[in-house]
Amino acid sequence: MKVGIYVNGKKIATDIAPDLLLIDFLRNHGCKSVKRGCETGNCGLCTVFLEDKPVLSCAVPAARADRCQVVTLEGLQEEAAEFGAFIADQGAEQCGFCNPGLLMNAIALFRENPDPAEDEIREYLAGNLCRCSGYEGQLRGMRTYLDFKKGGKTGHEVCE
Amino acid sequence: MLTLKDYVRAESLTQAYELNQKKSNRILGGMLWLKMTHLPVQTGIDLSGLRLNTIEETPDEFLIGCMTPLRDLELHQELNRYTQGAVRESLRHIVGVQFRNLATVGGSTFGRFGFSDVLTMLMALDTDVELYSGGILSLAQFAAMAPDRDILIRIRIKKTPRKSVYLSHRNSQTDLPVLTCALSGCGSKFQAVIGARPGRAVRIPDEQRILSEGITSNTADRFAEYVSRQIVTGTNMRASADYRRHLAEVLTRRAVLTMGGERL
Repeated sequence: MKVGIYVNGKKIATDIAPDLLLIDFLRNHGCKSVKRGCETGNCGLCTVFLEDKPVLSCAVPAARADRCQVVTLEGLQEEAAEFGAFIADQGAEQCGFCNPGLLMNAIALFRENPDPAEDEIREYLAGNLCRCSGYEGQLRGMRTYLDFKKGGKTGHEVCE
Repeated sequence: MLTLKDYVRAESLTQAYELNQKKSNRILGGMLWLKMTHLPVQTGIDLSGLRLNTIEETPDEFLIGCMTPLRDLELHQELNRYTQGAVRESLRHIVGVQFRNLATVGGSTFGRFGFSDVLTMLMALDTDVELYSGGILSLAQFAAMAPDRDILIRIRIKKTPRKSVYLSHRNSQTDLPVLTCALSGCGSKFQAVIGARPGRAVRIPDEQRILSEGITSNTADRFAEYVSRQIVTGTNMRASADYRRHLAEVLTRRAVLTMGGERL
């Protein structure tokens, strides 16, 4: 079947199998930031924005994304690099496999709620699993990033 | 994993219903449960083009389209005001935001899953379901029916003046619940709904009118004990039947006290 999906602003028109999942569509078209984790909809590694909402691409039929806007981490380079530096400064990226999904969902949170409390961060990111960090470094990274956005120090300055 | 030989974005409910009469075809909801099955599906029927993903509010009821994501219910201010935040509480523990942006109220309800937080919460309210062929019937009636080839179009929550509280217990965060408990009171009529027993949610009305005497520590204890005596629980990998019965008593007591204004 034919679909036309807008990936990071660029239309990809192609033939797909009816049961192709969005994660496979995106990876087949070069978006390797979209990671395959649990494939049960529980780990958050495959998070992308579908019409500006964070969703699990392992559970979306690519056919359902026809004529829709999909954004992956590749499409958020500047925003992701700025925020990602704060995560890295806390040594919280560790193996790095969960990071793209975490960055995507954290960015979704910051867009929805620019000044979240710690409980709100924990609740919003409950669907992003990390098996290395224990989440504390990631939370520190987010707090310093949010402080920076409010005019505070950069992650480097905090570490120094 | 699920395989689809064909995919149809339905252009009308009539088309979707006709396609769905073939046993090898399936309506696609949020796809989160369906994708975990090994069903060879001939045609996946997608309702996402039928504008059934909205919550409409009238003076008498909330009309929730079957394709409305759970996250939209969680964030709906009026619905949460009406339920004193119980709807949000029933949804916020379900995996993560990305999951709830996909999971649909129609899929969660039509599946009548035993573990469903959604079914437990909605059964505690004055809720009807609107079916394409079966018309409008109460959710309690619908929940007791065997699955068929009908299509659930909308959930209708009537705005009867009501207090509600929702609580659940999980072994670990974002896991399926071990037990769910929703309490609602309309005037002097109260009922508890217990789900994840692990069977489908069931209603336990306060037939002894214990809570009509007023909400106190004593009536909370008595109603909780009454619920734990009435409830039929089972054992699975998450918990034993005895543990669930104990949880039913604890959660019901907490729910009653919360409804009475106690902060737990």
